[in-house]
Amino acid sequence: MNTQTSGAARAAPRAGAAVPGLALDNVTCTFRSAAGKASYTAVKDVNLTVGDGEFVSVVGPTGCGKSTLLNVSAGLLEPSSGTVRVFGEPLVGMNPHAGYMFQAESLMPWRTALDNVIVGLEFRGVPRAEATARGQDWLQRVGLGAHGHRYPHQMSGGMRKRAALAQTLIMNPKIILMDEPFSALDIQTRQLMENELLDIWSADRKSVLFITHDLEEAISLSDRVIVLSAGPGTHPIGEFSIDLPRPRDVSEVRLTPEFVRLHDEIWHTMKEEVLKGYVQSQQK
Amino acid sequence: MSRASKNRRGIADLPSAVLQIPIVCGLIGLWYGLTETAVLPKFFFGEPFKVFGVLWHWFTSGEIFPHLGVTLVETVLAFVFGALLGLVIGLWLALNPTASRLADPYIKAANAMPRVVLAPIFAVWFGLGIWSKVALGVTLVFFIVFFNVYQGIREVSPVLLANARVLGANARQLLRTVYLPSATSWVFSSLHTSVGMAFVGAVVGEYLGSARGVGYLILQAEGVFDINTVFAGMLVLTAFALVLDQAVGVVEKRLLVWRPTHGETEKL
Ligand SMILES: Nc1ncnc2c1ncn2[C@@H]1O[C@H](COP(=O)(O)OP(=O)(O)OP(=O)(O)O)[C@@H](O)[C@H]1O
Ligand SMILES: [Mg+2]
Repeated sequence: MNTQTSGAARAAPRAGAAVPGLALDNVTCTFRSAAGKASYTAVKDVNLTVGDGEFVSVVGPTGCGKSTLLNVSAGLLEPSSGTVRVFGEPLVGMNPHAGYMFQAESLMPWRTALDNVIVGLEFRGVPRAEATARGQDWLQRVGLGAHGHRYPHQMSGGMRKRAALAQTLIMNPKIILMDEPFSALDIQTRQLMENELLDIWSADRKSVLFITHDLEEAISLSDRVIVLSAGPGTHPIGEFSIDLPRPRDVSEVRLTPEFVRLHDEIWHTMKEEVLKGYVQSQQK
Repeated sequence: MSRASKNRRGIADLPSAVLQIPIVCGLIGLWYGLTETAVLPKFFFGEPFKVFGVLWHWFTSGEIFPHLGVTLVETVLAFVFGALLGLVIGLWLALNPTASRLADPYIKAANAMPRVVLAPIFAVWFGLGIWSKVALGVTLVFFIVFFNVYQGIREVSPVLLANARVLGANARQLLRTVYLPSATSWVFSSLHTSVGMAFVGAVVGEYLGSARGVGYLILQAEGVFDINTVFAGMLVLTAFALVLDQAVGVVEKRLLVWRPTHGETEKL
């Protein structure tokens, strides 16, 4: 079980994990807009670390730059300034340790669920038979065991999300980046998947950077919750250690007084920014 | 048919053939009547029964089959070569902005040129056999496939590409698992048009100079003012084009199973 102290000790959740799995140092991302208009600084001077084996959630108003931060972490987007370090090494090009579950649809429409799940193994040159066996196993774990033959358009939005989850996790990445992975699921399936994710995570302690709109989800899953300000120039405005005992059951933990207290505390910080973000997004 | 619609069955509920067959018969009857009563001169408009006589003779004697075979081979070859060329060059230019910028005006110019004027040149280069027709068909098919592939590749979902890269795809694997499938899907979505164009290339080529093929039959008949045979040839070509289109539809359905189609639910 992992009890941790709240407050200042943020970088090292466990002894011996001094080198964070992922660290963003003063990352700024400025997008050049198309018609030569003023450029837009989505995130500004963001410092953010995910300790080795730590589960960190990021919440923030819509359009503030959460996906942008994940793209930077995955190595898909080069920050305008600042650096990304992966297990201490400065990141150049793609992040080889990261698995990334995208916010948007990312399955290949011309591949069945099973073929989508194993595509990463295919890239690695894993023999077809072995890849298929592992893929089938993963489909089972995300509750799609009987649907491996389906094409993405034959699956529901939630099924596609689960297939994408299997596609990411089958690669056994050390760092998992997830962009609102469960927002398309109904509450029951969602809690099943959240518990499954916690199981997988606690089995071999991956570093997780998890993005969500849902504060309850963030608290029930994480070691730490980071609140972002509204854009432009988004930056973290609050960090909260979640010292709820583990292992947790996401539906039960929500009923504890400690959870309610944390929820109130974080929501108080968030509220103003959410309103600001909403106004911002209407003006744009 | 469901129970509800049984009560008030409108004209729209009848099988289409029930309506289409009388239309055809009516048109043929009109044709017959107008030519018999010499409202339209038989010399220019032919006579339906003589046209059917020619068709009957062609199919019972088997005379038509070698010609149909030649036209079919030309069509298929023109499609295969044109599509392959369009696919490869489309992929290459779409993935290579510099080459694309250089080639752009030439591609546009080549596409703007009426391809039929090339037929005599191809006849000189490749002779009067099938290859000059294949070449003409290729020039028609190529551009359709090329533009489709080019556009398709540029519009490949960036999320799909990003996802493949995160999953560890190198440049070659990206080409094989993302670009190529999405390019071929665009080839197949233009299948009807491009097969049609291959057919047009073959027939026009034959018509402009050949020794075999259905276009050649029409050319011959026209030379001796045998208008009935010209009409018979046209009917054969039309039927052939329809069969070809059906076949393409079947192939398309099998190859694009992953494509969402509208209204896939089964009626109970
Ligand atoms: N390629 C781009 N070019 C220009 N602007 C961009 C680009 N990508 C993102 N932005 C802008 O940066 C801001 C942050 O975008 P981002 O996708 O990171 O938001 P988000 O926090 O993930 O929002 P949501 O919660 O709605 O998914 C937005 O205002 C968006 O318009
Ligand atoms: Mg986002």
